[in-house]
Amino acid sequence: MPISRVFEGSVDYIQILDRYGTADINYDPNFSEEMLKRMYIFMVLARRWDKKNIALQRTGRMYTYAPLEGQEAIQVGATLALEKEDWAYPSYRESMIYHMRGIPLSLVDLCWKGIEEGLKIDPKWKCFPYVIPIGTQLPQAVGAGYALQKRGKKGAVLVFGGDGSTSEGEFHDAMNFAGVLNTPTVFLISNNQYAISVPRKWQTKSKTLAQKALAYGFHGVQIDGNDIFAVYTTVKQALKKAREGGGPTLIEAVTYRIGAHTTADDPGKYRPKEEEEYWRERDPITRLQIYMKNKGYWDSRFEEIVNTRCDKRIEEALKEAEAFKQDPKEIFKHVYADITEDLEEQMKECFEEGSQ
Amino acid sequence: MKMTMAQAINKCLFQEMERDESIVLIGEDVGVDGGVFRVTEGLYDKFGRERVIDSPLSESGIVGTAIGMATHGLRPVAEIQFSGFFYNAFHHIEQQASRLRNRTRGMFTVPMVVRLPYGGAINALEHHGESMESVFIHIPGIKVVCPSSPHDAKGLLASSLTDKDTVLFFEPKRLYRAFREEVPEERYDIPLGKANVIENGSDVTLISWGAMTYVSREAVEEAKQQGISVEHIDLRTLSPCDWNSIHRSIAKTGRAVIVHEAKKTMGFAAEIAARIAEKDLMHLEAPIKRVTGWDIIIPYPPLEKHYFPEKKRIARAIVETAKF
Repeated sequence: MPISRVFEGSVDYIQILDRYGTADINYDPNFSEEMLKRMYIFMVLARRWDKKNIALQRTGRMYTYAPLEGQEAIQVGATLALEKEDWAYPSYRESMIYHMRGIPLSLVDLCWKGIEEGLKIDPKWKCFPYVIPIGTQLPQAVGAGYALQKRGKKGAVLVFGGDGSTSEGEFHDAMNFAGVLNTPTVFLISNNQYAISVPRKWQTKSKTLAQKALAYGFHGVQIDGNDIFAVYTTVKQALKKAREGGGPTLIEAVTYRIGAHTTADDPGKYRPKEEEEYWRERDPITRLQIYMKNKGYWDSRFEEIVNTRCDKRIEEALKEAEAFKQDPKEIFKHVYADITEDLEEQMKECFEEGSQ
Repeated sequence: MKMTMAQAINKCLFQEMERDESIVLIGEDVGVDGGVFRVTEGLYDKFGRERVIDSPLSESGIVGTAIGMATHGLRPVAEIQFSGFFYNAFHHIEQQASRLRNRTRGMFTVPMVVRLPYGGAINALEHHGESMESVFIHIPGIKVVCPSSPHDAKGLLASSLTDKDTVLFFEPKRLYRAFREEVPEERYDIPLGKANVIENGSDVTLISWGAMTYVSREAVEEAKQQGISVEHIDLRTLSPCDWNSIHRSIAKTGRAVIVHEAKKTMGFAAEIAARIAEKDLMHLEAPIKRVTGWDIIIPYPPLEKHYFPEKKRIARAIVETAKF
């Protein structure tokens, strides 16, 4: 027989907590009440903060903002799966990660208010400042993982991207380098079905995004991205494997962007309304709520307390952010480690001779 | 008919695609959504997915694929959503589009248009406000066009779509909807490589393009109030540049102010100033003055006003140069 098969691969799909709030009996992680409440509270905080931001943007108190509604389980579940020594490389739609890593919410607010100091993030939080160009964080996270390993650090790197980012060359560079260098990298791709208006089916002819890992020689898995149990468990395992020298993993988390790409576009132009309803029935928060209710961890009083406390935190952060006074001269002071003589001159011309 | 620049470009694409079946649009969100600036609105419905391609999210893929199309009989119009995201595609422009003609001594060519919404002052995020035209002007073999009005945008794009070379078409985002003006319905060409003297004057020559032409016009008005006669040249095409129009004007005024939104160092004004210094030194009555952005990272919206040249700075430069 002149033909023999040289490669075979398959991709699994994981869902633990279904849309009705029922967990698979064999795979239910049986999280503690405290852990479940933490998951719930952060998802509610993310959603209420998101809604607030959209309202603020509409009234001009915030600039272009990238909504996260519907994708809460991915950022919250994955961040809870991180160990202290791990690094996160979020994309711009994963704002809540910054706060969950310990960064004040007011700082995250500053980012979306178009204030540079919002990204003045202390490296001690191990959360890399996001960038706007799609996918650039992917190979950089691979390099970061390599450096951690080389310097004898224990941590792995969890890097986020969207379905659109898998079309950029950077995604493929990152996957290839991670495979070849066997770096401690976990790629978590939020497949929210659309890159602005372009549907997932026009992004790639591949049946799944997860299968792309197979081409680069490592494990890829697809999960229900609206199932926080699946997110937490899968990311946790992948990070552990990475830390132990087992190399990279690609996780495709299937979800849906309920809102617009940013406050600058109208999804009504490019996708059917029924889709949104379909996905609302698969909401990540609702299903956790039902699960907790069945366990006796959730009731309407708890809900009320959570909502009130989240809103208070959001309001306090906003107040702090709005009180922040920017020094315009900062725009000249961080171009180089030391400001050049020429820039000193330009700064003087800009401010002292007062063009504005 | 009165049109905004976005409408004028849309109209041009519509007409050109009807005229020439080889024209194909390719870019992110250019189809169903009609483009993030609504510039390609309605074209998908009219011409279908075969000619209006919502591409995967890859600038390098868009431009690389467009080059392949152009070398095989199609005339692609590739859109890069924001010019600040162009860099992934730079490789294809510098290493292939700009060189193929020379490399094959004319046997293979890349007649295509790359549309690049550029410039700031639209309250957007980082990388949405850059003016990097000089990076491309530095590359021989590609043309760089930058309209400053709806009328010019339509005529210059029409010419670009029949040009033999790759044209990078820089569209000033802040002018997409800034104003409307009378734009002829029917097709017309504005030749590439020719500047437009939008105002004749005798005291100072002001050279600008794109959004800065619009901003400079107010400054020119202000200078007029002070009795200064300004000759305002809008370059329209930056590469190849219409040096003759510049030299002719400097011979008359002996004074030059050059305005651009891009950063100062190595901005195109540096080249213009050098050309004037080389050729017109004996005519010069005052130092050549540049009004540009600073050599910094363009600030986010709340502070970006400190970066952009605006009316006051330009007017002051005109007055200082005139009174030198």
